[in-house]
Amino acid sequence: MISGAILSAIALLAVIGPWISPNEYVAADFGNILRSPTFSAGHVFGTDDLGRDLFVRTMMGVQVTFAVAIVASIVSLFIGVLYGATAGFVGGRVDAVMMRLVDTLYAMPFIFFVILLLVVFERNFLLIFVAIGAINWLDMARIVRGQTLSLREREFVQAAQLIGVSTPRIILRHIAPNLVGVVIVYVTLTIPQAILIESFLSFLGLGIQEPQTSLGKLVNDGTDQMEGASWMLLIPATLLAAILLCFNFLGDGMRDLLDSRQSR
Amino acid sequence: MLRYTLRRLLGAIPTLFLVIVLAFLLVHAAPGGPFDAERALPAEIEANIAAAYHLDEPLPMQFLRYLTGVMQGDFGPSYSYRDYTVSELIGRSFPVSVQLGILAMLLAAVSGISLGIVAALNRHSALDKIVMGFAMTGISIPVFVIAPVLVLFLAVKLQWLPASWTGSEGALRLVLPVLSLALPQIAYIARLTRASLIEVLSSDFIRTARAQGLGTAAIVRYHALKPAMLPVLSYMGPAVAAVLTGSVVVEEIFGIPGLGQLFVRGSLNRDYTLVLGVVIFYATLIVLLNLIVDLLYGAIDPRIRRR
Repeated sequence: MISGAILSAIALLAVIGPWISPNEYVAADFGNILRSPTFSAGHVFGTDDLGRDLFVRTMMGVQVTFAVAIVASIVSLFIGVLYGATAGFVGGRVDAVMMRLVDTLYAMPFIFFVILLLVVFERNFLLIFVAIGAINWLDMARIVRGQTLSLREREFVQAAQLIGVSTPRIILRHIAPNLVGVVIVYVTLTIPQAILIESFLSFLGLGIQEPQTSLGKLVNDGTDQMEGASWMLLIPATLLAAILLCFNFLGDGMRDLLDSRQSR
Repeated sequence: MLRYTLRRLLGAIPTLFLVIVLAFLLVHAAPGGPFDAERALPAEIEANIAAAYHLDEPLPMQFLRYLTGVMQGDFGPSYSYRDYTVSELIGRSFPVSVQLGILAMLLAAVSGISLGIVAALNRHSALDKIVMGFAMTGISIPVFVIAPVLVLFLAVKLQWLPASWTGSEGALRLVLPVLSLALPQIAYIARLTRASLIEVLSSDFIRTARAQGLGTAAIVRYHALKPAMLPVLSYMGPAVAAVLTGSVVVEEIFGIPGLGQLFVRGSLNRDYTLVLGVVIFYATLIVLLNLIVDLLYGAIDPRIRRR
């Protein structure tokens, strides 16, 4: 739960930080290029090699990180739940084929496909988000299918079938709402993966493009400047590590909570 | 065992085929042709270029031609490194990556398993907590954060190790890249080993062995370790994939002329054939290594074969 508090604090700071700071994230302060963190000049986290305020840039990066986490999770949730619920509910041969496809896709190195996708098409914000979400749905589909298999046998589903509700409608209105608990737990586990992929791509220069920034990109910038300006590397690196660590702890904790409830 | 091997082998083929089809279609769905960025050329010359690269043929024909090439290890010419074929570029940079990858996997397996055993045997002790805390951190922090931070402290501040590949010789330049690649895997393997060893140690046959008066060391070595290694072995497939992905970043950070660097440069240059070739190469590698892991698993655990 400490993880949750830290995450909320970081998110809050990311939203109001750029707003209260006197500096713009694209504006260069030519008198203070590569300035180490200081309060007197108004640059709490220092400045980068172009004189841009690192505090505002880092907070923008955190915003992008959280945006990716949210959008990618929604995409993977959408595909995963629909796919898993359909496979589990319809069952039989359809289920076998659909899960076979998931197994086959599992064996593929998706990250390389995302890179291929980004090479082929224009690098835009939305494509990155959707691509990351689109590769994260496999786990979700498996878990949802397992849950649906047991839900299918319950009385309320049979009752719905009896009064003639169509299959898509049963999946959407009767199965999906009952999956919420499991799904929330697995979303907290997908979020760090999505963040990881986004920052990985941005680090390589294939993700977010200038003047926009993300934590991965900031770490990359910091790597170039580490000999003279170690704060440029250490600040975004620490933040990224802290965010990922918190999400992982949160996900682990929630999974334990759910497992213990299931075994009881 | 033979039937099992054959079945696994047959299972790998559709995956590989799907990889090639998907990658090929993706590249050919790209708006515009690979030579559009160059100066406007007379129509005849453009037609000549298209004919030379077989771009004037219908898509299924191009795919068949490409597939036949790939089967023979020929990925076609590179679009941005003129005078080189993609196969030549891959062949030149792959050995460097293999060296890195094997060293990192060895380091990860040996230290991960050792740490996991120590933690499992001293469960709930301070040592266990330290190892598991380290493991959680190691899993969460990505390679591209670990590597620059290691460079900053060990190479720039303390000057113990060389920071980059070029400009230094010998084994020392391998230390930082291998360490950065191995750290997350050490963490993951340690966690897996600990969890599965604890489970195995609580099973009946271990209690019997204990009742017969065997010491902890002998129990772990002769009875518990082999079954406890099964989950770790099945993680080796994903681990190899993770090391490959990590090597893309690590090679970029340390300036190592390996396959990962080639891939990133190709991506930034929009060298379609090169990126396509490397993706297929990586995918084949991962599928093959997964196959080997599956076969090993079947050899160790006969129950798997019957499923």
